[in-house]
Amino acid sequence: MAVNDSGRGAGLGYAWSYLAVTALLMVVLGLLALHARVRQRADRESLARSAGLVRRLGLTDLCLYTEARHTRHPAMADLHTPFQDGPLSLDHFPTGSLVSLPATLTRNHETRP
Amino acid sequence: MKHALDRYLNILQYTIAALLRRRGKNFSLLVIFTFLIFVLASVMFFTTALKREAALLLEGAPDLVVQKMMAGRHDPIPLTYATRIEAIRGVTEVRPRLWGYYYEPVARANYTLMVPLAAPPPAGEVSIGRGVARSLHLAVGDLVMLHDYRGGIVPFEVRSLFAADSELVSSDLLLMAEPDFRALFNVPAAVAIDLAVSVSNPRELPTVAAKITAALPDTRVIVRDDMLRTYAAIFDWRAGMMIVILFAAILSFVIFAWDKATGLSAEERKEIGILRAVGWDTADIILLKVWEGAVIALTSFLLGVILAYGHVFFLGTTIFEQALKGWSTLYPRFRLTPFIGGGQLVVLFMLTVAPYLAATVVPAWRAATTDPESVMRN
Repeated sequence: MAVNDSGRGAGLGYAWSYLAVTALLMVVLGLLALHARVRQRADRESLARSAGLVRRLGLTDLCLYTEARHTRHPAMADLHTPFQDGPLSLDHFPTGSLVSLPATLTRNHETRP
Repeated sequence: MKHALDRYLNILQYTIAALLRRRGKNFSLLVIFTFLIFVLASVMFFTTALKREAALLLEGAPDLVVQKMMAGRHDPIPLTYATRIEAIRGVTEVRPRLWGYYYEPVARANYTLMVPLAAPPPAGEVSIGRGVARSLHLAVGDLVMLHDYRGGIVPFEVRSLFAADSELVSSDLLLMAEPDFRALFNVPAAVAIDLAVSVSNPRELPTVAAKITAALPDTRVIVRDDMLRTYAAIFDWRAGMMIVILFAAILSFVIFAWDKATGLSAEERKEIGILRAVGWDTADIILLKVWEGAVIALTSFLLGVILAYGHVFFLGTTIFEQALKGWSTLYPRFRLTPFIGGGQLVVLFMLTVAPYLAATVVPAWRAATTDPESVMRN
């Protein structure tokens, strides 16, 4: 078996270097997983504070896209807002094209005569 | 044991040397593969973290929101509706919500004006989000001028700013007292924008919602679960759209990788023939090809995932920033809490690394089982 006999114990520089680099990358990935765990624990308090604010103010949506009503409050949007110019017309706003129509709207719409 | 380890190490040594002989081609493959995994993992990390954060934050949202509909559009709701809803069994509280939008032409930004359900600011004062403060260069004690429905200017003193870590929910908010809100927008005292309903037993929410719809057919009831599902759907859709946009790139890579993995070059065939001639058996050659694929795919996977984590959770998703902002001038500054699900990484691994490895084995097995003499002659 030629593979076993060639350079046993010597000339394995590439192999060991590759294994070392892979091990290093795995260690970095493990450290990132640890970082995620630490941040989750550290952010718990501020998330609870924000959830308390949502409760106190009676908020319904995240402040992510402020450019249009239905992107600022997608959960509260009008029934046909993104398609108000026609049933086949898509939204004019860039983020609107990435925000789907909330399930609640289509469901309520379908149940109505 | 040592014998087996030596065998694997020798094959790995040979594999790396073979990859380095065609370093230009293999390095470009490594870079493209890494970039592809980086983008896919970034989308995955970003949307998962946002979905999780939305679920945690919106747990505090009202149990039910009741909107009045007129001609298919959201309309102010009479407060008499609140009395009728309060009479439904299981409803513990109905609170009128006053909120709306205000376009500020100077900053060219949309703000959300609202009266908080509890502890509103005194008349003539407002509490504002950090995004509003940034866009109008305001600090506590400054005056903010708002136009009322008649076009007159109404000054409000900034009473406080929301905490920076709550920007994901408060960035564009301007909180004010109820009389100020009604005077600013000419909202009659007998109506609210919508109603926030609290229900004692969460399991009764669908029943209460059905009773409200039956009693008040011109209303739309939005259950908190619907709000949460809306966000889950938005981020799934967003991730899906990103992947659709990337589809051309993914397809190009698949063709490139398939060609590289399946179409052995004449040089590679000759190399396999020589290896067979000098005593390598079929299993060794297949192992060699699997190693070749694994070295490129595993390295790309690890590098791509690590870079994606840094991009999303250390650099704030700078590459996706423009797509997220759209046309809005007011954008919240928020730091996502990282969340890596083992399942996510397994899915990404199975979608990227596994097919590549599978594609390398079949042609290698075919070449390895052919007669070495005929391979070398050709």
